[in-house]
Amino acid sequence: MSNRFKSRYDDDINLFEGRWHLAQYALLIALLLAAPWLLGVYYLGELTAVLIWSLAGLGLMLISGHTGQVSLGHAAFMAIGAFTNLALMMRGWHFIPALLASAVSSGVIGAIISRPILRMSGIYLAIATLALSIIIEDVSIMAESITGGVAGLFAPPIDLFGLTIDRYSSPRAFYYLCLAVLVIVTLGYLNLLRSASGRSFLAVRDSEVSARALGVNVARAKTLSFALSCAMTGLAGALYAHLAQAVNYESFLVLISITLLLQVVIGGLGSVHGAFFGALVVVLLPQSIAMLRDFLNNTAGISIAAYPGMDTALFALLILLMVIYEPRGLYGVWFKVRTWLQLFPLYRKGMFRRTRTYLKTERQR
Amino acid sequence: MDILQLLVSGIANGCIYGLLALGFVLIYKASEAVNFAQGDMMMLGAFLGITFINASYADLPFLIGITLAALILGLFGYLLDRFVLRAIFGQPQFAMVILTIALGFLMRFFAGVVWGHDPTSLETPFIGKVWMLGELMIPVVDAVIILTTVALTSILYFFFARTRLGVAMQASSQNQMAAYYMGIPVKRINAIVWALSGVVAAIAGVLFAAKGAVEPSVGLLFGIKAFAAAVIGGLGSLPGALLGGLLVGIVEPFAGRYLPEVGQIAPYLLMLVVLVLRPGGLFAQISQKKV
Amino acid sequence: MSLLQVKDLSISFGGVKAVDGVSFDVEPGEVFTLVGPNGAGKSTIFNLISRLYEPGAGRITFDGEDITGRPAHDVAGLGIARTFQNIELFDHSSVLQNLLIGRHCRRDTRWFEELFFLPKVRRSERAHRRQVEEVIDFLDLAAYRDKLIAGLPYGVRKVVEIARALSSEPKLILLDEPASGLSVEETQNMAWWIEDMQKDLGLTVLMVEHDMSLVSRVSNRVLAVAEGRPLAMGTAAEVQADPKVIEAYLGTEETA
Repeated sequence: MSNRFKSRYDDDINLFEGRWHLAQYALLIALLLAAPWLLGVYYLGELTAVLIWSLAGLGLMLISGHTGQVSLGHAAFMAIGAFTNLALMMRGWHFIPALLASAVSSGVIGAIISRPILRMSGIYLAIATLALSIIIEDVSIMAESITGGVAGLFAPPIDLFGLTIDRYSSPRAFYYLCLAVLVIVTLGYLNLLRSASGRSFLAVRDSEVSARALGVNVARAKTLSFALSCAMTGLAGALYAHLAQAVNYESFLVLISITLLLQVVIGGLGSVHGAFFGALVVVLLPQSIAMLRDFLNNTAGISIAAYPGMDTALFALLILLMVIYEPRGLYGVWFKVRTWLQLFPLYRKGMFRRTRTYLKTERQR
Repeated sequence: MDILQLLVSGIANGCIYGLLALGFVLIYKASEAVNFAQGDMMMLGAFLGITFINASYADLPFLIGITLAALILGLFGYLLDRFVLRAIFGQPQFAMVILTIALGFLMRFFAGVVWGHDPTSLETPFIGKVWMLGELMIPVVDAVIILTTVALTSILYFFFARTRLGVAMQASSQNQMAAYYMGIPVKRINAIVWALSGVVAAIAGVLFAAKGAVEPSVGLLFGIKAFAAAVIGGLGSLPGALLGGLLVGIVEPFAGRYLPEVGQIAPYLLMLVVLVLRPGGLFAQISQKKV
Repeated sequence: MSLLQVKDLSISFGGVKAVDGVSFDVEPGEVFTLVGPNGAGKSTIFNLISRLYEPGAGRITFDGEDITGRPAHDVAGLGIARTFQNIELFDHSSVLQNLLIGRHCRRDTRWFEELFFLPKVRRSERAHRRQVEEVIDFLDLAAYRDKLIAGLPYGVRKVVEIARALSSEPKLILLDEPASGLSVEETQNMAWWIEDMQKDLGLTVLMVEHDMSLVSRVSNRVLAVAEGRPLAMGTAAEVQADPKVIEAYLGTEETA
């Protein structure tokens, strides 16, 4: 809601809205680059986890947030990416080709699966992807030669440009690796969004019928979106395998698929920022609860019992509140705060009031 | 004979899936909402049943215990809709999916806090009792499950097709705004449906606990399987839900015996096959939007 | 040669014959209107022409080419654009984004080029925006350019629907009830725009409309249909006076 005066088409086309916008993100990048010196090893590890889950979330965001096809099965593609990467590296492949291969394998499998599955919509698509996630769980055990069966696989150290990168022995290098991958993928994502492909995804999301009438090949758009989405999530899976140092079928349970969807929803469905916000919540919530508990214990002597699953329950509570009060997620909150700051002191309370809607049946599409 | 034995056990399990699927379809038919926490509601019903019936807790007679559990869970469903779900009234279906997923998480946590995480069983009057039909062994518990399911399904089908409230519910599920104009109290109807669904879930839960052990996380996977069953039958169809449940219940043991690699995932493969060949399930209810 | 030729078009839904043997030709540069009571099958004819439905029988020829078997997403590239009776805009995007999506059939970049945002993609984007600005100028939408559809009044949305259709540089534009829900002034504006489309842009317009004053004002020829069958064709005045048409709308002396 800033009062920008645009004088060239490029003002709209460019990624950054102006020098101030660019400066903000440059500062963010600078902070991220400096992180290994600002944070201790433990928190650097947490930040690396945030980067990896952001990448996974970006994948899901593309297909669910921007193309409108809900997927409750994306952990399956993390699994495909992870096992492809580890299996290839164990057979002597170098890291970068293996990483690319994991993106390609997830993407191709996603493209193949998308044709029958994306003909469904709404709740049927949700349950179909859920079933997919469960099936891949099983396949992870069955395909023993690739996945190591029940026991799973260990992640070999990464040999890159003469350095040996390993999550524990060289956390800094691993962090930079994940950061590089994330930044590259994010740029690609943003590029897609500001060109015809991205617009076709939004069209499919908001009205398939008129998208078709405008020349969008809906089936192909959905397939492309799903394939790219799975490729991104597969990439995240491969990196996750190196973060966790060992993966098996239990690393990618249905619960992960569900949590991933909740993550992008709490972050803000339909916005790129949402993937990052959501990842921050998911990774840092258990930490925050522990810190809060310690704080309450030390200052007020209040002792809250440590029930198992408390962080998940709190996460669920946050989701509940978010869905009811701010359906646009944390991005929506951030957007309102930013608008308030930009318009200060002229912000009006009714600015974002939602009009009353009635549920129309989704059985007629 | 072996096959018949598998069949009996499969049908009994299928009935429980079917009841749970029934709960899904009830809510879907009435308000086109999808309750991802249906399995967790069943889990709560199971624990309630255990609390009322087991000797170490309240030690009430079986029928009273199951009725109390059903009533409490019915009330829970009503209150859930009235106070939590009503807040997202009018939002697209997706919001309901997310909300019920979150509610499921919360229910699991709550159950873990109250009843702990150790698997617990229900002590029923028909544990271990068996009827012999020639050479066929029919566990009494299985027979009870099957009979209860048939009775409940018939009552519900009649309700939706013939009673005024039932027809009103169907109208409300197709076009809320139009239903309002016709004087249908849409919000109250939704709450009643959720109560109904809670009752059905509780009954399913108690029957489930009679057959196996319960702990807080059983609801998730069971609910997903029941959801698959509901989808196989077609989400707008009550007999479809039961049929889907039966199919899943039968396919599981047979797949486990004859195709052990796919045993675990057989219901999901079945569901995907049905969806690809007949989108919308066996008794599909999707029509084309008029533009 | 006619721009659009519809011959013996038929389609049934279940047991209902929604369109039953409709034939007509639309000449290049004319404004051709379909009229008829509700449920006559007019929108269905549109959906058949824009290939959203499969005809049970009949043939559709556009610009010399038989398009009866073509998939719906090919139609825009061939030069047919349409609006929808119940507005089908992309609610969560801005007016500009909607119009840019309208340019999709004139796309000249592939997805992997867009992924890296190569210079040719940037040039293409600028060209599309230039084109879209002309449409915005033509329909006076400049004030709404960056506004989200979700917040716009109904009258403006109807204009955006048309703008989006025009963005694809069509030869034939299908307007489905352009004046429905509009006030007298807005309908007046609509009449001017239709005339402008015909004269300034050289478009051929095929229209479904109920507002007979608008129809009389802009149409070159009118075809009346009822219950899926053609009733009368001619100028607006001729069709309005035709006894079969009057009967379809008002009934005969016995039933009136």
